[in-house]
Amino acid sequence: MGVNTATRDAYGKTLVELGRENRDIVVLDADLSKSTKTVMFAREFPDRFFNMGIAEQNLMGTAAGLAAGGKIPFASTFAMFATGRAFEPIRNSIAYPRLNVKIAATHAGLTVGEDGASHQCLEDIAVMRVIPGMTVMCPADGVETEAVVRAAAGYDGPVYIRLGRAKVPDLYDKTKYQFEWGKGVTLRDGSDVTIIATGIMVAMALEAADDLKKSGINARVIDIHTIKPIDRDLIKKAAVGTGAVVTAEEHSIIGGLGSAVAEVLGELAPVPVIRVGVKDTFGESGTADELLIKYGLTPCCIMQAVETAVRNKKP
Amino acid sequence: MESSIEELERTAVRIRRAIIEMTHAAKSGHPGGSLSAVEILAALYFRIMRIDPARPDWEDRDRFVLSKGHACPVLYATLALRGFFPEEELLGFRRIDRMLQGHPDMKGTPGVEMSTGSLGQGLSAACGMAMAAKLDRKDHRVFALVGDGEAQEGMIWEASMAAAHYRLDNLTVFLDHNGLQIDGANREVMTVEPLADKWRAFGWEVLEIDGHSFARIIRAAEQAKSIKGRPTMIIAKTTKGKGVSFMENEADWHGKAPADREKDAALEELEVVCCGC
Repeated sequence: MGVNTATRDAYGKTLVELGRENRDIVVLDADLSKSTKTVMFAREFPDRFFNMGIAEQNLMGTAAGLAAGGKIPFASTFAMFATGRAFEPIRNSIAYPRLNVKIAATHAGLTVGEDGASHQCLEDIAVMRVIPGMTVMCPADGVETEAVVRAAAGYDGPVYIRLGRAKVPDLYDKTKYQFEWGKGVTLRDGSDVTIIATGIMVAMALEAADDLKKSGINARVIDIHTIKPIDRDLIKKAAVGTGAVVTAEEHSIIGGLGSAVAEVLGELAPVPVIRVGVKDTFGESGTADELLIKYGLTPCCIMQAVETAVRNKKP
Repeated sequence: MESSIEELERTAVRIRRAIIEMTHAAKSGHPGGSLSAVEILAALYFRIMRIDPARPDWEDRDRFVLSKGHACPVLYATLALRGFFPEEELLGFRRIDRMLQGHPDMKGTPGVEMSTGSLGQGLSAACGMAMAAKLDRKDHRVFALVGDGEAQEGMIWEASMAAAHYRLDNLTVFLDHNGLQIDGANREVMTVEPLADKWRAFGWEVLEIDGHSFARIIRAAEQAKSIKGRPTMIIAKTTKGKGVSFMENEADWHGKAPADREKDAALEELEVVCCGC
């Protein structure tokens, strides 16, 4: 830890590398290239970069056509506009024909900060997850972002990649990190409870696990970078092995990672599941840190959830 | 394929008959806006486009996107008659476990270039295909058919802005301007005129033709090919339900299948004219 990278920055850099490696990679944006960091690709490959203007539906529809023409398009804008405004073109023009489009959306979640509720997308995982055949990924740091973006580029089919605005601690060592498609990463072993986290909440889950150790609770920590298809085996094993689960995500507790985990466990291994996330409410303006505290997305909140989950464990 | 006008006229009758038979058999579907586009589709597939039914994935083929996807009976009938799949498939239209979906499915049907049906989206995909062709320095062309009611979708204008911005002169779009939509006349539901002025203002070359005249359709497509630096919109004035007297200009026939008696009456009007051989 120590070094901080915003996942959108890692995305921008990786896109440039991919652009050098594969001429079929094309990038589209909707007037947010400086924020989504696709501007880095645009500078090096102006012929393969298409600014579509402030028109997200056409952004997605055009990406579909480029994919039908054999290209590998990455379409970027803020998560709110990608998955909200353009939901239906994503569903009908990209996912239904299973076209090879990568939707890389930045500024997801509360950490958008000062722009406020209109821009803080807390529903994107839910609405992307429900689309048949859509892969949904949410990397935890810069290293994982690079791996996720590379994996998405090499996969034939639609992928949604959720990225953030704020800098997050680097969790992984680039030289050692091994990405496995659809497999969660167990970052800490533990036998009392499992914290399953995604995105920026993974670092907080680790912090919570460290503090829990002081009160004698050994928490397992799992990073779920791929929310769909979700790693059912790993989640089931964690529930069986620890008897209680806490999920943590910078997203509504409705429809996101917490729901996905609860769905798996309800069918395979029912144990208490407590969901840390935004509780059916909109955000507001403020700094990222202020918002995370106010809306209950902190290591401390994860610890409290863990205590409840452990208390609710079946004897 | 170089069909003569006479051959095209006969093909058009066969396509119209197939549209009636398909929608009758399916007991649903959209005959009105299919019949209005018959000449455009016949001209594209039997004269204008560079295609090979034996190789639907041929890289250098021209592409056609039916943005008004509900008019798929005309597309399916045309593809079948052109040899992309057996004509017997047509009677499986809209049936479970069969190939021909209620709206076009590019994954399931040879020759269908884009899955469409939700209005407004196909034009964007056509733009993307035209952009891909330019990136690859390919000379194939991309065609699309948009409905006049469909022009009420905001996404059509997003795509129209982008097509001009990116100078997609390899894109030729037909507007099936039959003036009617489900709830009635365009001008009563939501005014779309002046359409030619709108697309000109968006930076397109605009041609206005009789959409049932093969000579005009072919000439317009040729003209579009010669225009450099901007896409072409061919506003084709058409008659909804064209060719079946009781369906012509009736909004009710937008999405209603002919019953037995109506089918028979329609087919009687659509006798294949003998060439005199």
